[in-house]
Amino acid sequence: MSNKESHWVKTKNHMFVTLAIWFFFSIVIFMFGESVNNASFLGYPLAYYMSAQGSLAAFVVLIFWFANKQEKIDDEHGYGGEREDD
Amino acid sequence: MFKGGFISNLPKIYGLYTGGFIVFILLMAILESAGVSAANIGIMFVAFTVAIYALIGYLSRTIQVDAYYVAGRQVPTVFNGMATAADWMSGASFVAMAGGIYFGGYTYMAFLVGWTGGYVLVSTLLAPYLRKFGCYTVPDFIGTRYGGNLPRFCATLVLVLASFTYVTAQINATGTIASRALQIPFELGVWVGLISILLCSMLGGMRAVTWTQVAQYIVLIIAYLIPIFWMGSKLGNPFPHFMLGDEVQRLADLEASAGLIKNSAADMKAAGVPGGLKYISTPHSAVPAGGMAVWSYLSLAICMMVGTASLPHILMRYFTTPSVKSARKSVAWSLFFIFLLYFSAPMLATLSKLQLMDPNLPTAIIGKSISEVQSIAWVQNWSAVKQVFIADFNGDGILQLNEWFMRGDVVVLATPEVAGLPYVISGLVAAGGMAAAMSTADGLVLAISNCLSHDIYYKIIDPKADVRKRLIVARVLLVVIGAAGAYIASMRLTSILGAVAWAFDFAMSGLFFPLVLGVWWKRANQAGAVAGILGGLIAGTAYLIYVGPKFMANTPWLGIDHLRFGIIGASVSAVAMVVVSLMTKEPNAATQKLVDDVRVPSGRAILGKQH
Repeated sequence: MSNKESHWVKTKNHMFVTLAIWFFFSIVIFMFGESVNNASFLGYPLAYYMSAQGSLAAFVVLIFWFANKQEKIDDEHGYGGEREDD
Repeated sequence: MFKGGFISNLPKIYGLYTGGFIVFILLMAILESAGVSAANIGIMFVAFTVAIYALIGYLSRTIQVDAYYVAGRQVPTVFNGMATAADWMSGASFVAMAGGIYFGGYTYMAFLVGWTGGYVLVSTLLAPYLRKFGCYTVPDFIGTRYGGNLPRFCATLVLVLASFTYVTAQINATGTIASRALQIPFELGVWVGLISILLCSMLGGMRAVTWTQVAQYIVLIIAYLIPIFWMGSKLGNPFPHFMLGDEVQRLADLEASAGLIKNSAADMKAAGVPGGLKYISTPHSAVPAGGMAVWSYLSLAICMMVGTASLPHILMRYFTTPSVKSARKSVAWSLFFIFLLYFSAPMLATLSKLQLMDPNLPTAIIGKSISEVQSIAWVQNWSAVKQVFIADFNGDGILQLNEWFMRGDVVVLATPEVAGLPYVISGLVAAGGMAAAMSTADGLVLAISNCLSHDIYYKIIDPKADVRKRLIVARVLLVVIGAAGAYIASMRLTSILGAVAWAFDFAMSGLFFPLVLGVWWKRANQAGAVAGILGGLIAGTAYLIYVGPKFMANTPWLGIDHLRFGIIGASVSAVAMVVVSLMTKEPNAATQKLVDDVRVPSGRAILGKQH
């Protein structure tokens, strides 16, 4: 497998993992909202909290993690140049 | 004081700007205590901030094509994040979101999840690849990837439809705020708003819009957070975001003891409740029971997420970063800056609801005698403009929860007054709302005019046009589109064009799959893309007309109402695109090579620096 192909395979897998986590925080939790809401966090009902703050914060952390890890993948394959445009 | 270029001095420049703005707020506070009237403070707040944006717009003027279309591709990661956040958060986010949560509770918060979760799709599926492509506009990508003028034209159609739906609402919001703060008629306020918007964008295009949006973000976030922290400390919660658990529980108890009664439409009509005013009938934090409630939450969140990843005025912000790497990071910063406002909105709704409902607080009105409530100054002010209303249904002279009506926007606009904060805070909130509406309107008007001037005029009508002519056409279109938006807003036709949610649904119906599959599926070809764009757009629009309350108003299928028609549009788009692509010939070797190149994050952009 060429360098380019293995980079793309890793990039694709990284995308799928990221979207799986995204799916959990955006869909799965709220599929069971009614029972999740019986639990509590910082005194807030949990499903209310996830919708108001929790999932939002998870997305912020997730995208930073996604970008950092993707940069590592790029560097490993020699695609990590800083300014490549001009 | 400023060594080096403009870009390397950005932190210093915006640091000074923020400091200057805070000094201005303090100055206004001093003037207020010296006896300057509330009305004059409101005028100064709006006039001063708009003048600063116009100055930034003038200083960023340019005659370069790549500066005009993509800010010269040199916007640093964090600043592009701030600009995107301002571009993203509209007048609706700023003024209406907390009110929506106030009345809609948990179900409404699907918007919060949708409008943030969408950025995960932007960063994983699209932004880095579109940046590598090096396009000027979103249809530029579609046109080059699939080849030929037809896909480019179809993508332009979706872009104009989605963005124009959105922009009239924004111009309407600038008009409302300008008319209230400057005390001029609404129709005039709309044109004042338009001129402010054009001052920011006309001379410098994307470059000017970028640097004004950063300035507008700073104003809007300060204006949103100060009242929340101030009110929180007044209630003994200096950091309300993490300390309101007990208050949320308390609201549930108060709701239980007051009872959430639904008024009949006939009663409300008989009492003369003005249109658009709402009352609390939904629990604040409880999750509604049943599978249908779950689906209505999830379907709304899905529409907003997928729509976010298809909105051209957001995607084009990531064309302005220096590299693929910085485009990716910039999405993360964008969401961080958006998050600062969004995770505060539910807390604002909680605090302001508690202030009206909790009998232990001096600000409470529910459970008091109606004559007493009607003598409160802020109730009188907002009743006079028909933003709040009291109807004593049971005739006992006591204000019950279902007898208090209020427009959602009042939650943000009147809360400083309700909590007894000085007027300078209300002036600040008006400036924040103006910044939010203007920054979004700027981004949208520019997205439309750039697309028409680049994709329709330059790429299709006159490919030999020189730089000067292209930029003149771009500016003329900017003025024409802005004026068309303002004209529709001033005729108050905005309600006909419908909700902001429609823009997301249009965008996801026509653009999501053609964009994503363009990067992730090499087999996607021209015929498939055209089928995907037109199929999605036609199916979505037809369904909107079928269920839309102002059109045929049929019963929605599976609870997919007019806010969620993108579900139908995008599904049809995906199927049409895949089926037609597979039925026709695979794309030629050059196109496949192009897709391969897009997937490599380093190296030259596919399209030249100037094209």
